[in-house]
Amino acid sequence: MQFFLNITLGGIATGMIVAAVALGLVLIFRATNIVNFAQGAMAMMTTYIAYAILHKGSGYWLAFVAALATGLLFGAVTQVVLIRPLQGKSPLNAIIVTFGFLIFLEGLAGAIWGSQTRTYPAPFSEAGQRIGNTQIAFSPFDVFVVLAVLALMILMMVLFRGTDLGLRMRAVAFAPEAARLLGVRVRPLLTLGWALSAAAGVLAALLVVPTSSLTPNFMDVILIYGFTAAVVGGLDSPVGALVGGLATGLSLAYVGGYLGGSLEPMAALALVIVSLMIRPEGLFARPAPRRV
Amino acid sequence: MAELRKKAQSLAAKPWFRMPRQPMLRHLSYAAVAVVFLYFLTQKLSAFNDYEVGEIAFYAVALAGLTLLTGINGQISLGHGGFMAVGGFTLALLVEHTTWNVVPELAVAIVTSALVGAVIGIPATRLRGPYLAGMTLMVALGLPYLTNQYDSFFGGDQGLTTPQPTGPASINPEQWLAWIQLACALIVLILLGNLLRSRFGRSFRAVRDDEIAASLAGIHVARTKVIAFMVSAGCAGLAGALLALSAGGVNSAEFPLSISIYLLAGMVIGGTGSLMGVWWGAILIVYLPTSWAPSLASHFHVNSQVSANLAVIIFGLVLVVGMLVAPGGIQGALRWVAARVGAYFSPDGLPNMKLSLQEAPTDRAVHDSESVTQAGKPGV
Repeated sequence: MQFFLNITLGGIATGMIVAAVALGLVLIFRATNIVNFAQGAMAMMTTYIAYAILHKGSGYWLAFVAALATGLLFGAVTQVVLIRPLQGKSPLNAIIVTFGFLIFLEGLAGAIWGSQTRTYPAPFSEAGQRIGNTQIAFSPFDVFVVLAVLALMILMMVLFRGTDLGLRMRAVAFAPEAARLLGVRVRPLLTLGWALSAAAGVLAALLVVPTSSLTPNFMDVILIYGFTAAVVGGLDSPVGALVGGLATGLSLAYVGGYLGGSLEPMAALALVIVSLMIRPEGLFARPAPRRV
Repeated sequence: MAELRKKAQSLAAKPWFRMPRQPMLRHLSYAAVAVVFLYFLTQKLSAFNDYEVGEIAFYAVALAGLTLLTGINGQISLGHGGFMAVGGFTLALLVEHTTWNVVPELAVAIVTSALVGAVIGIPATRLRGPYLAGMTLMVALGLPYLTNQYDSFFGGDQGLTTPQPTGPASINPEQWLAWIQLACALIVLILLGNLLRSRFGRSFRAVRDDEIAASLAGIHVARTKVIAFMVSAGCAGLAGALLALSAGGVNSAEFPLSISIYLLAGMVIGGTGSLMGVWWGAILIVYLPTSWAPSLASHFHVNSQVSANLAVIIFGLVLVVGMLVAPGGIQGALRWVAARVGAYFSPDGLPNMKLSLQEAPTDRAVHDSESVTQAGKPGV
């Protein structure tokens, strides 16, 4: 029972991180029909920059904020330089370009910082808590993970539901042509969407890096879990990203806990297959009529 | 000059030799020329170069599969290295547990990876969009973990050994292996060339160009996509099995994500959608990481950290820049040059528009010289 409880708690913490990655993927997909396969690698680069800032002697929080800001900028620049020229072309081009960018960034990180693993500190203790006589595998850092992702979700919700800017962003995602005709400036909003998405990816990377370790490919597996979560929840639903993230995190935690940790990536693939067979549109996606 | 031009035109009007119109005959005659050329090439080369020629051959097989999937059918796989791993491990397991000959082993490797392809391909057809891309990436990233989990079956870090097939004693083993691999490559290219000229090939293109138009024309879109994906995965499986023969064994480190990246970059460089272009890509995949990148690195005196990652950086750049600037690849550029040269000698001085790169539709990545339907609006 205690084992089950601990696995569940670990699954929730992982699930929240996965949800942040999924949210980043969903933000871009619903606006531009592109899955940004480079998102993990972009976050990885930013994390290395945060690591460098940290080792200049600054505190954790300064590096944290700097990483998020760098992520925003990085996302915007990527959209302008790489993605904007692809608009109106086949989605295949975008997939190849984002995937190529992933590879390029991993090679670049390896060339600059080498492939050795580095440890990145956590802002709070990672040790489990003792409540009464039972050891609970939920550390203060895990609490921080859950709160940070919830804060991200709430901020996004406020932005999209409560502000004029968010309304325009939703309009651009929903019907770009109509939005343009109504006077919405589409291109800067798409850039903003990429910036926000990259920042969500950076947050996920900063939350996962203390428990894994910093290497050029540490985000690869997290990215495919994020993809799993996004597919389970529906690729164009932010709420689906959260629920899908939790579902993915918990399923993988149970598979890892009871069957073996090495099976987790394949279990994620199985989850995608099953969810596409049962509910292809995802749990929360709006039904998508296909226009002829 | 004008006289020369006139003479060339009259020669062009009455060619002394015409390739057979039957696709099978035409492809066989290409293959016959290739067999003669490759026979003398492998005789001349050293054992190590024969080994490299064999590598080029199996990467050409994998690239042919990928180019059929992406260039002809408009689907994409980011993890074809994963299907190569399936083929390689299948062959190695057969070597371990049976006493079969290499031909049925290769056949089973093809079938197994095609079936794994079906498991991935069938759910992915239920929706449009990047599902196939993501799922294939998961295959490529997840398979090494799977072999670690069941390491007693897959041989763990050591992997499984696959002894080189031995031929007649008079032929050295590298040359014999290269011949097996080249024979596989030629057979695959002939068969795929025929497939593309058949009803299936036309359905593949029609589905790529416009799914709705294709289904209105009576094509079963989902089935066509799954068939294309299975053929493609089968090719990758064969390539993986041939790689296992070259390497003398398989382990999960033999099929890293970088193989999938190399394949994708090789496809883009060669020219997406062109079966002949796969040779360019295969040459790049074999020589860039082992030979060109290291000599580039030593030329510029970069440190070992940079030189270890140089090949990957170049492949990434090839994907990004190639897709943004020259989606036609080398084969597309050759076609463009051929069209210009042809224009000089053609009676009306105009390029043969069917071959011209500028005529190629700009709203999709991939184009081969013939298109069945008009290009549909993307992302509908």
